[in-house]
Amino acid sequence: MSTILLIEQILNGLQFGVMLFLMAAGLTLIFGVMGLINLAHGSLYMIGAFAAAAVAGWSGNFLLALIASLIAAAIFGVIVEMTVIRRLYKRDHLDQVLATFALILIFSEATRWTFGSFPLFLDIPAVLKGTVILPGGIEYSLYRLTIILIGLAVALGLYLLISKTRVGMRIRAGENDREMIGALGVDISVLYTMVFALGAALAGLSGALVGAIQSVEVGMGEPVLILAFVVIVIGGIGSIRGALAGAILVGLTDTLGRTLLPVLFSSFMDGSAATTVGSALASMLIYILMAGVLIFKPTGLFGSA
Amino acid sequence: MIREGTLNIVILCLLVAVPAYAYVMNEPFTITLATRAVIFALAGVGLNLALGQGGLVSFGHAAYFGMGGYAMGILASHAQNYDPIFDGAFLIEGTNSMPVIWVVAVVSSALLALLIGALSLRTSGVYFIMVTLAFGQMFYYFAISWPAYGGEDGLSIYVRNQFPGLNTLDPIQFFGICFAILCLVLLFVDRLNKSPFGLALNGAHQNEERARTVGINVYKLRLVAFVISGAITGLAGALFADLNRFVSPTMFSWAISGEIMIFIILGGVARLFGPVVGAAVYILLEHFLGGLSDYWFIYLGAILLGMVLFAKGGIIGKLAKKETHHGG
Amino acid sequence: MISKNAKRTVKALGAATALALSLGQVAVADGHAGKLKVGMLTTLTGGGAGLGVDIRDGFLLAIEQSGNAGIEVVVEDDQRKPDIAVQVADKMIQSEKVDILTGIVFSNLALAVAPSATAQGKFYISPNAGPAQLAGRGCHENYFNVAWQNDGPHEAAGATANKMGIKKAFIWAPNYPAGQDALTGFKRTFEGEVAQEVFTKLGQTDYAAEIAQMRASDADGIFFFAPGGMGISFLKQYADSGVDLPLVGPAFSFDQTILPAVGAAAEGVLNTAQWAPDLDNDASRAFVESFKEAYGRIPSIYAQQGFDTGLLIASAATKADVKDADAFRAALREADFTSTRGDFKFGNNQHPIQDFWVRKVIQLDDGTFINTAVEVALEDRQDVYATECALDW
Repeated sequence: MSTILLIEQILNGLQFGVMLFLMAAGLTLIFGVMGLINLAHGSLYMIGAFAAAAVAGWSGNFLLALIASLIAAAIFGVIVEMTVIRRLYKRDHLDQVLATFALILIFSEATRWTFGSFPLFLDIPAVLKGTVILPGGIEYSLYRLTIILIGLAVALGLYLLISKTRVGMRIRAGENDREMIGALGVDISVLYTMVFALGAALAGLSGALVGAIQSVEVGMGEPVLILAFVVIVIGGIGSIRGALAGAILVGLTDTLGRTLLPVLFSSFMDGSAATTVGSALASMLIYILMAGVLIFKPTGLFGSA
Repeated sequence: MIREGTLNIVILCLLVAVPAYAYVMNEPFTITLATRAVIFALAGVGLNLALGQGGLVSFGHAAYFGMGGYAMGILASHAQNYDPIFDGAFLIEGTNSMPVIWVVAVVSSALLALLIGALSLRTSGVYFIMVTLAFGQMFYYFAISWPAYGGEDGLSIYVRNQFPGLNTLDPIQFFGICFAILCLVLLFVDRLNKSPFGLALNGAHQNEERARTVGINVYKLRLVAFVISGAITGLAGALFADLNRFVSPTMFSWAISGEIMIFIILGGVARLFGPVVGAAVYILLEHFLGGLSDYWFIYLGAILLGMVLFAKGGIIGKLAKKETHHGG
Repeated sequence: MISKNAKRTVKALGAATALALSLGQVAVADGHAGKLKVGMLTTLTGGGAGLGVDIRDGFLLAIEQSGNAGIEVVVEDDQRKPDIAVQVADKMIQSEKVDILTGIVFSNLALAVAPSATAQGKFYISPNAGPAQLAGRGCHENYFNVAWQNDGPHEAAGATANKMGIKKAFIWAPNYPAGQDALTGFKRTFEGEVAQEVFTKLGQTDYAAEIAQMRASDADGIFFFAPGGMGISFLKQYADSGVDLPLVGPAFSFDQTILPAVGAAAEGVLNTAQWAPDLDNDASRAFVESFKEAYGRIPSIYAQQGFDTGLLIASAATKADVKDADAFRAALREADFTSTRGDFKFGNNQHPIQDFWVRKVIQLDDGTFINTAVEVALEDRQDVYATECALDW
């Protein structure tokens, strides 16, 4: 494998990681502040993608579609938080897992009922089409570069929000001591609804961004959801910094694993078998990584006990 | 409100009455459904030991369910093709004898649970949920892409395996086998829960610190519970494979882990008969809602959601009086 | 007579009230028990639902057009889960007492259901999945396949790659049995050399790493098999990658169920199947017209396969009583119906011997994308497993 290809694959891994981060950020934020495991996060991702596809189909404007994805996911987030989720904060994780699992069933089939059984069309905007030549002669998709930039911007924005603003201060206070912040007169239920809506909007945005280069279909949220869980567990649940580190680690491991392992195996096995075995191992690699991290750091890389 | 013990007897009677009625009315499919419920109940009883008594929320019990299934699939497919599993210094043949398959299923899933448990129990809380999920996914992807035993296509076993003296292809006789196993396991788990081991396990769940201070090795205690739990679920997997005469990687999927969990929560966490009621109700819902609409998952989701939000303690918790020794 | 279940589903489509009404009338007109009962077991919920819906709709249309009031259809969902499929099949056989099962989309589900259905003396007629296990040594006198053996479209793609002048092919598929078979099928007819062979994860949605490998390889063409969402994702990402090697593949990534979602990214790509919506024969034209009228969309190959399956069963029903299994089997083997794909007959293993077409994705004036038939890729193709099948008739 040439150096150029290797660098390109590292870039791909980085880009995959950033895509995962967009999804994982909301998940880890919601867990950090409210202590809630939200399996339905993948459904909000799907809602974002469907809203974007519907609006893009109607208006032809990608920016409008992105805004629609943010708004739609946030609105659904608020509705779900106020009707269901807020009853779960005091429950144990088991109840949260089951209730949000039930939400997945409802959201998926309701989406299919509304939009039909066939995948929807969502394309990247004309201005972001095509490739650019990076230093070193690497030809890289402009849209993927944009995703990397948006992801990093979101990471920076979240960092500023949490460390520099008043809302952020309350969020941090809520993470540390839920009882105390209520006692200080902060309307905790409004804060929780806001945080949940923010997490939902992030999921919706990433659904729309990713939907433009993937398939907008029912059930698109669940595979990403599991990956996002792997990411936040590796990073330490509740830590935005951890989510970013975990996402990039997972993105790199997965991308490099699936390109390098078959090559590695073909050095001592015959062609077809090496590809099969190498790919089989590669598909398990991130779970092995996660198990490995947890065995040595049971609360993830940046998690606190 | 009735006593939980009385309720349990009613449940067992119903579980026998339905297939018995179906047998008289010549409705073999109803017997198949009841068998499915009994097998899922067994899987749930296994998980309930870890989850209910031990407070170990495993989101990866599909790994043991699948392991049990593949123990059956691999042994039976070798027997079906008259092709030894291992032919080297010594010979290992496949088999179509149910008792042998059960032993292999129990031992292999117990070993797997030992391995996964030993690593996962280093973590706790959400991390434990997620790391067990990760191990489940690992086996799922392995089973899909490993070509030796069919990969995603799975393995078809054309004839159900044999049990001495019985015709296992007869639905009512196979139901009898599964029901007997469920009763034996329930009896075993009941004794276990009331033993010093079970009390210590529950104690460590209620208050880990106190358990430590009285000198209990919590890690070891939980590991043993986790292994027994995995072994029971593995046994259920072997029976499930025999019911369908088919195994496939979907037995390893996270949806199965979720379903087994649902049985427990529907019925009542840490209740001996919780998973039994939960599995039966789930099968009934699946059967009747499926006929209502193409979008019946919406109804199923709504019912589950309602159960979690408004019926804490599950069905048994609603029907039975509180009994003091149960935690949850 | 159409059972309650099927009536409900047809109505739920909201596509053609007229169709639903006429089905309802059939049910009223024919009060007594049906002479032949078909269990349509297919994927109607979740991600793969689009394919199952098309098979069901095509099938019901054919049964309705046959005007045979003696054919009763029950429709059920398999949720794309093998254990549910087995359970529902058992229910159809044991309590609904169906004579024929059909409908399954996915090979792994068909492998779970077909052997047990045929072992219980029922017919299984596959409208889509054609795994090798059921075509070779595992063939069965009561198992018929109306679509293709799974390798067929891939072999046709190999032949097409030869015609396209591809000398070194980059080939890839998801890492599961159907994917592994796809690459084997392609290599069986492809005469050039394989530059690189890659297996991706099943359900993978990001292909940046694979596309980088394609760019770096010295291949002059790409063969791929990526059904459903995987194909949509790959095509969109490939179109935007700047790599412009010619693509070829089986129809599954270019079919009418997903073309609207892929859009221009698929335009001009050659793909292979037994049928295309503009195929030049009367049966096909009539089918496309009536399907559009009934459901308001262009039929996919899945719909076409469902329709042909319906035609086959209806044709056999006019010749023999299904209770006389030998006579009914003989009637099925005759395949005495006008297939929408033109010539159609069964080989000894009861899989089709048929032409495979090269199709090209084009955009119509109204903006819709559609496959147009270009030329025959493989003529009168029979699958290679037929020789291993012991059936002889």
